[in-house]
Amino acid sequence: MADDLLLEVEELRVTYGSSVLALDGVGFSVPEGGSIALLGANGAGKSTALRAVTGLLRFHGGQVTGGSIRFEGRSIVRADAAALVAAGIAQVLEGRRVFAELTVAENLRVGAFPGRARRREREIREELSELFPILAERADQPAGLLSGGQQQVLAIARALMSQPRLLLLDEPSLGLAPRVVAEIGQALRAINERGCALLLIEQSTALALRATKHAYLLETGRIRAHAPTAELLADERVRASYLGAPAVLGRPEALAR
Amino acid sequence: MTAFFQLLFQGIALGCIYALVALGFTVVYRASKVINFAQGSLLLVGAYLVSVLATGLNLPFVLAVIAAIALLAAGCAIFQMMVLQRVLGQPVFVLVMITIGLSIVIDAAIPAIFGGNARILGDPWGASAVHVGGVTFNWVRIWTVLCTALILALYFVFDRFSRYGLAMRATAADEEAALAVGVPVRRVYALTWAIAGGVAVVGGLFLAGFPGSVNPSLGNVSLRAFPAIILGGLDSPPGAVVGGITIGIVEVMASGYAPGWLGSDFSAVAPYVVMILVLLCRPYGLFGTRPVERV
Ligand SMILES: Nc1ncnc2c1ncn2[C@@H]1O[C@H](COP(=O)(O)OP(=O)(O)OP(=O)(O)O)[C@@H](O)[C@H]1O
Ligand SMILES: [Mg+2]
Repeated sequence: MADDLLLEVEELRVTYGSSVLALDGVGFSVPEGGSIALLGANGAGKSTALRAVTGLLRFHGGQVTGGSIRFEGRSIVRADAAALVAAGIAQVLEGRRVFAELTVAENLRVGAFPGRARRREREIREELSELFPILAERADQPAGLLSGGQQQVLAIARALMSQPRLLLLDEPSLGLAPRVVAEIGQALRAINERGCALLLIEQSTALALRATKHAYLLETGRIRAHAPTAELLADERVRASYLGAPAVLGRPEALAR
Repeated sequence: MTAFFQLLFQGIALGCIYALVALGFTVVYRASKVINFAQGSLLLVGAYLVSVLATGLNLPFVLAVIAAIALLAAGCAIFQMMVLQRVLGQPVFVLVMITIGLSIVIDAAIPAIFGGNARILGDPWGASAVHVGGVTFNWVRIWTVLCTALILALYFVFDRFSRYGLAMRATAADEEAALAVGVPVRRVYALTWAIAGGVAVVGGLFLAGFPGSVNPSLGNVSLRAFPAIILGGLDSPPGAVVGGITIGIVEVMASGYAPGWLGSDFSAVAPYVVMILVLLCRPYGLFGTRPVERV
């Protein structure tokens, strides 16, 4: 396999409990400094894929039952969540999940918990405040008082405090106005340009188009297609399928490269 | 008036002990939602540890206390890692049963090892006291108040300003989000148990009273501190302090002022009466957080 792949997932199988098969033979990869989207309808298994990569499956009673996940060439199937963050994988959970009772500044400090980020904490924070001015303006307010869009910005910044090489985001555009989505798209591109690879999970197309180069289509636990993002999303059959309409893909392999 | 101040002082001192019990309890509950029914038994262990180190090994008393704090904190952290960690993800009920089991084991082991009789604590203050304007201030109670204030101050500074204090608060606010940003949540849990063990030593040693003696029934304090925990709010350390001191004062005042027709044991009931009255107005206690529904 090409050795410039940062994250490489192959033939991944994930089950919840003893019976629910959520992912079945899923494969995708993120090049060093690249940006990919993982698209799919509700229940397709997008969050499950993210949990598998970031070590949160156990928290949800799930486990990897087959396949491999490699980060910088090393298998990370068994690693625990804190170790993965320390290794350079950060994530933004579905639904923002800021620490509502903690202040904005404290939220960021928690993001800097992993050792390697601590020495440069102040520096990173200043960089992030340039990218997201709201962080400095509202530093001492409880995060719960921020608007939805501001909370999403905080969640992204909190994840970036660990200085990741790869950032995974689970539906960051959910419930946000188009203008805010555009801003977040711009920020993600800036982050990507600074060398942090992106894995974006989305249901809507706007952000994926803005921020990612390549996209995978996930449908009930399997990858149905993958192609450059604009191409994949231009395909009517793909749009119909992943927006939740009955599967109309005649020959999905035709779309795969 | 002298009697009032006498009772007030005794109430505050008793309340400090309740506050320490409640603090140990809420620190664990806030982070992991584990209801630790063994907290009272931990006080018992703490008191015996101090007694053994001070009178058995003849350590200077201060050293004995510090060593006991270190030992019990370590013991509790190890218990958390060896036992509770393994059942993580099981229903909370399972964890609660384990803490009840722990308390039963401790309550049986202490008399089995040390016998049922009281044993001296080895404290330096004995029954000595200072008298100011007719009010008697026993040294043990003065030390209780001072040491509790010190412990609480240390705890709140740690909670607010230290890296692990922040990690504890983050874990309490949203465990999965804490995991997701790299907080070693297992270590945070172990830390909360270490804190519970450490404060239990201080609580236990002052519970031994004056002249200082320890006996196997000290662990029952958890039942008496229970209204304090509920009153303050299960998941609020500041609530634990306010609840503890309030209940201590209520209990002592009731023993001093309750009219005879309420029965001789009314002081034991009064805290529960106060608790129920507060719960009627504030179901989550004075400082407890109600579960917030979010998207
Ligand atoms: N904790 C769990 N226990 C059991 N089954 C689960 C669990 N979490 C997810 N599943 C199942 O796994 C499948 C994939 O769920 P997942 O949450 O990964 O989908 P998703 O693509 O993220 O959906 P959404 O867009 O709604 O967030 C679904 O069938 C879901 O019911
Ligand atoms: Mg999801």
